[in-house]
Amino acid sequence: MRQSDLTMGPRPAGPARSSPLVMPTKKLAMWLFLIADALTFAVCLLAYGFLRNGSANWPTPFKFFPTAVNAMVMTFILITSSLTISLGVRAAKIGDQDAAFRWTMFTAAGGAVFALLQIREWMEMVDQGMRLLHNPWGNGLFGATFFSITGLHLAHVSVGIIVLIIVGMRCKSGRSDPDDVEITGLYWQFVNLVWMFVVPFVYLLNVSK
Amino acid sequence: MVTRQQDSEAAPYVATLGKCLLVYICILILAGLQFVIAYQHVAVTATLFRMLAVAIIEAGLAVVFFMHLGSENRTLVTWIAVVTLFVLAAMQYSWTDSFRTERDAAPSYRSSSNQGEASQ
Repeated sequence: MRQSDLTMGPRPAGPARSSPLVMPTKKLAMWLFLIADALTFAVCLLAYGFLRNGSANWPTPFKFFPTAVNAMVMTFILITSSLTISLGVRAAKIGDQDAAFRWTMFTAAGGAVFALLQIREWMEMVDQGMRLLHNPWGNGLFGATFFSITGLHLAHVSVGIIVLIIVGMRCKSGRSDPDDVEITGLYWQFVNLVWMFVVPFVYLLNVSK
Repeated sequence: MVTRQQDSEAAPYVATLGKCLLVYICILILAGLQFVIAYQHVAVTATLFRMLAVAIIEAGLAVVFFMHLGSENRTLVTWIAVVTLFVLAAMQYSWTDSFRTERDAAPSYRSSSNQGEASQ
């Protein structure tokens, strides 16, 4: 047995490793998770559509101000955070750890502002009398569908913020892998992608014209 | 010695700043278009399908460019897309029951059993 077999030293350099799954394992795992999560959201939106379509008194209470304007601002923040995380992934791939840290932190900050706006909007709706199973406008399940879909999305945003901060701090300390930033970026892009469907179906279809 | 950069299995693509900005602006414009569609005075179904079409285009741009799926292995992407779209399509079977619920009609199994009892 050779001495090198007994030590815990670095592996000797050799040909580049390639995954038999045509994609790095971590990235494939993230993609499979995202597909499962996308189908979860699809089921939630489908259930919402089923209830809305089958209800004779589905309310449309959302006024332009403040609800639609708030949705516009939240959408702008989330789409901009998509850009910042893309720039962070780009910086990580070219080896600029400082820039990757900055862009990742910008993205986390955008997510935090989004979460605060969402919570503020919930509080305003609760003040207007909207609850999970009743509201002053119509079908009682309006609140259940709204709060459950936006709440599930907000939970994803919250987890994303925490992961972005952790990955950003690892970038700053030089311990981050470009793969980690890319995989975090995939998750954040997915969260924004879901919002692109939540806004028209849950907000814009319920605006009062 | 293999460095962390070289050891990474990240895909070799690096998006240019210009491409990122262009895709960002396109997605912003499409998001604004959804708000315009929402306030058009047309039937709910028409509004729904228009907004769905815009959302799918937005999602496509984000998936292909921001999530770099356009740069991944074609076979893998095709299989994932086929399975996902199949499951999404299969979920749509329940809409007929939604229309029945809107009319407040009885489920088909109950109406057929009532007819059997009446004939006796």
